[in-house]
Amino acid sequence: MNAASTETRSVVVERDIPHPAEKIWRALTEPHLIEEWLMKNDFKPAVGHRFNLRGDWGGVLDCEVLAVEPHRTLSYTWNFVHADAAYNLKSVVTFTLTPTRTGTHLRMEQSGFRPDQKQAFAGAHAGWKQFFANLDQLLARTA
Amino acid sequence: MPNAHDLLFRTLADPTRRAIFERLCRKGEQTVGALTARSGISQPAVSKHLGVLKRAGLVRGRHEGRQTHYSAQPGALAPLLDWTRRMAGFWQSRFDDLEDLLKRMDQ
Repeated sequence: MNAASTETRSVVVERDIPHPAEKIWRALTEPHLIEEWLMKNDFKPAVGHRFNLRGDWGGVLDCEVLAVEPHRTLSYTWNFVHADAAYNLKSVVTFTLTPTRTGTHLRMEQSGFRPDQKQAFAGAHAGWKQFFANLDQLLARTA
Repeated sequence: MPNAHDLLFRTLADPTRRAIFERLCRKGEQTVGALTARSGISQPAVSKHLGVLKRAGLVRGRHEGRQTHYSAQPGALAPLLDWTRRMAGFWQSRFDDLEDLLKRMDQ
């Protein structure tokens, strides 16, 4: 299309969690634990490892581990292939853990969406819709 | 208006600008001086970032005497919200489940 379609954007979600980083790290990197809060998977904490995340809605994400720094940083690709290019998604998810006085600050940044992306990746797949409840909260935070 | 979208995304891609914008959202109107005191970068650098934020419509300047008071214009974020709302909502919900899991792991 034009140069605009190569621009990307990201979303950041952060939270202070009253648990030590070591424990959160387990939840981020042990497959049976990942499944409990994110999706079914065949993850291994090894750079270059390719794995899938399988959503309840039937979608399968293609992922590859990019960075593993135990208890601190975990990064992997989060790609979704679709016949319609507008639904394709190439993104990178990075979790950063920072110890705090009361536990851990967890930061998730997902980057790589194109502005011309239809909202369909998140929006059109049933199962994700239930997660979209926080609109007003985001607005309230920035208003 | 895809170009307006691009401008917003480019503007907010910079963490320093994002921090300035978020600070204005949280604290309300601020002068360059007040923003500089908290930012850890020079006043000219802050002014430059404010200029970029203004061009994207994210910040408005109000002159009062020799001072300019800057305020956030969160309405300018509207084009982003469809998308960021959804992904942020997705991750907020996942983090809720993560916290539930962490509690169970205590036992």
